[in-house]
Amino acid sequence: MDQRAEIVDTLAGLTLFADLTRPQLEAVAHTFEEEWFTEGQRILRQGIAGSAFYVILEGEVAIRIDGQTRSTLGRGDYFGEISVLLGDLPIADVVATRPVRCLVLPGPELEGFLLAYPRVMFRMLQAQSRRLQRTTQWRS
Amino acid sequence: MAELTRPFPPGRYPLVIVGSGPGGLQLSYCLRRLGIRHAVISADEAPGGMFRRLPLFQRLITWSKPYSPVPPNRRPYDWYDWNSLLADDPSHRTLVPDFMDGTSIFPSRAEMERATVAFAERNRLAVRYRCRWTGTRRTEDGFLLETTDGEYRCRVAVFAVGAAEPWKPEIPGIESVPHYTEARPAREYGGKRVFIIGKRNSAFELADAMHPWARQIIMASPRPAVFSLYNRSPAASVRARYVIPYEDHLFGGGTFALDASSDRIERHADDWRVFATGTTIPRAFTFEADAVIAATGFTTPLGDLRDLGVKTFNRDRLPSLTPFWESATVPGIYFGGTVTMGAVGLRKYGLGSLSGGVAGFRHNMRVLAAHLARTHFGVELPRPELAPSQVIPFLLGEASGAPELWNQRAYLARVVTFQEDGRALDEGILPLQHFLDTGGPEAVAMTVETDDRGEHRPAVYVRHRGGVHEVVLPGDPLLVFDSPAHRRHLSEALRPLLPPGAA
Repeated sequence: MDQRAEIVDTLAGLTLFADLTRPQLEAVAHTFEEEWFTEGQRILRQGIAGSAFYVILEGEVAIRIDGQTRSTLGRGDYFGEISVLLGDLPIADVVATRPVRCLVLPGPELEGFLLAYPRVMFRMLQAQSRRLQRTTQWRS
Repeated sequence: MAELTRPFPPGRYPLVIVGSGPGGLQLSYCLRRLGIRHAVISADEAPGGMFRRLPLFQRLITWSKPYSPVPPNRRPYDWYDWNSLLADDPSHRTLVPDFMDGTSIFPSRAEMERATVAFAERNRLAVRYRCRWTGTRRTEDGFLLETTDGEYRCRVAVFAVGAAEPWKPEIPGIESVPHYTEARPAREYGGKRVFIIGKRNSAFELADAMHPWARQIIMASPRPAVFSLYNRSPAASVRARYVIPYEDHLFGGGTFALDASSDRIERHADDWRVFATGTTIPRAFTFEADAVIAATGFTTPLGDLRDLGVKTFNRDRLPSLTPFWESATVPGIYFGGTVTMGAVGLRKYGLGSLSGGVAGFRHNMRVLAAHLARTHFGVELPRPELAPSQVIPFLLGEASGAPELWNQRAYLARVVTFQEDGRALDEGILPLQHFLDTGGPEAVAMTVETDDRGEHRPAVYVRHRGGVHEVVLPGDPLLVFDSPAHRRHLSEALRPLLPPGAA
C-alpha cells in the first residue's frame, strides 16, 4: 500500500485525530513529516530548545529525566507539546526503546495546526485533563 | 582500446562510491586528499548527476554570487556561493559564478552542469562511467556490488545516487499522468487548461514556466502551500522565485492554488477529469483539464538495498541514517550527496538541513570523508592545538563566517575539546547530533541557528561533567557575532572549561 495512504489509515485509528474527515487526515499526513528512530536514539533532548511535537505511529519511547525513566509511551501517544505550548525547554529526554516511527510537526507550526483543527485541540485538552486528574488523584 | 583506459575495472577496492553527481565527486575529491584508495562507478556517461537533466524549466533555487562581502578566494565566500564544490587548495577551485552569464545570481541548469564537469576535469577525478550498479550482497568482510561491468568487492560502500527518481502517490488513474520530469516545453501548453498535482517547488516551477502560455493553471494538493518568506526555511518550502503564480491565484487571475486531495483521475478522448476533495474548505471538485502533470516529488533509487536491511522513512523515499550518514540498520553502507537528507538532525524550530542540495551536502561529504578515514582506515587526522586565549575568538570567528555552520544551521558544528592536560584541540566540523548524543571529554560545539522569530544566532553546546547544556548567544542585525557582548557571553559559558584568565 502507498505509505501515505497507510499513514492516513493509521491516523484515523488514533484518538487524537478521531474526529477528522479523510481529506483532513490527508492534509495532516502531508503537513507532518515522518521520521524513524532506531532503538536507543534520543528523539527529544532535555534542556535543548527549538523542539517539535511528535505523534507515535509505531514503537515505544521512554521519558527520562536526568537519566531516570519516569514513564513510557506507545502507539497513538504524543509528546513534545508541553515545551512547545509553554515556550520552555523540554524537561525530559525522550528515547526510543524500540524502533519508533513518528509523525513530527515543527514547534512553531503547532499553534496554527491546533487552531486549524479545533477538534484535535479538544482531544488534546481531554487527554491533558485526564493526565491532570490522574496526577491529582495520585497526590491526594 | 577505450575499454583499457577506463578506470576502476571490477575487482576489490577498500571503498566504492556509486554516483558521479556533485555528491560523489565531492566525496571522491575529499577521500583522495586524505589518501583513501577508492573506486567511483556511475551509470551516467559524464559528470553532473541530476544537473544533466534537472531542473526542467528554471534556474536553480540556490545562489552563487560573483560579488559578495568577502573575497572569493577565502573560506567564508562559500556561504555566498551555494553551488560550487569545495576544494582544499585554491588551484582546485572551480567557482560556479565563473560559468554564469551574469543575468542572475541563480545559475541555470546548463551553467551548473558545466561547472560540475569542470570540477571533475580540473581535479582529474576518475570515474568509471557507463557502469550501472545492479545488485548488492553482503560478504564476510563487506559488500559485493554487482554492476553491468562485473563485480566490485569493498569494505565500505557509499551510494551517492541522488534522490531524483520520479515518484507518484497511489491515486487511481495517476499511472497515465506524466511526471514533472516528463513535462513538455512550456509553449506546447499554449491555450491549454493545465492541472498540476502538487504545490511544492516543482509544481510552482511548472506553473511559472507555463504562466505565459496556459489558458488556466490549477495546482492542487492536500496541504496549503508553504512559502520560505514565511517559514524562513530554504529547504522545505516554496521559494520566493516562484511566487508570481501564487500572486496570480490571490488576485484571481486564472491560476489557482487549491487545498484539495486528488481522489481519482480519468483520461478521456480529448481531455482529463480530476475528482478531488477540498481539505481546508470541505467540498467536492471535478476539474476538467487538457493536460495533467504529477509534480509529486522524487525518491531515492535504492535498488535492492531494502532487501539487504536498509530501513527507509519519509514514505519509503529515504534511507534512515546515523548522524554520519551510515544506514541506521546496515553498518558499512553509507550514503552521499542528496541522500544525506536521511540524517535529519535536530530540525530546531522546524528548520531542516540543506543536505538536499549542493550547499549542504558538499560539507557533509567533507565530514564523511574524514569520518571514513578515521573509523575505517585508521587515519589519524590533525587536531590543531589552540592556546586558551585563542578559543573564544576562534569560535566566534566560526559563528560569523564558517560556511559549514551557515549552510547547515543547527546541523554541523565546530567542536573544540579540552584535554585533561589542559590543551584545547580543534576537532574540526562534526554533526551536532553526534556531539549531543555521544559522550566524550569536556568540549564545546559552536553552531549557528535560526529561531522561531527568524533571528540568526550563535548557539553553543557545552559538554561538562558528562552533561551538555545549551547557551544561545545574542543575534546581531548585521550578523557580526564577535562583539564585546558576544565575547562576554561565550566567556561566561566556557568558564568551567577554560583555565582562569582565559575565559
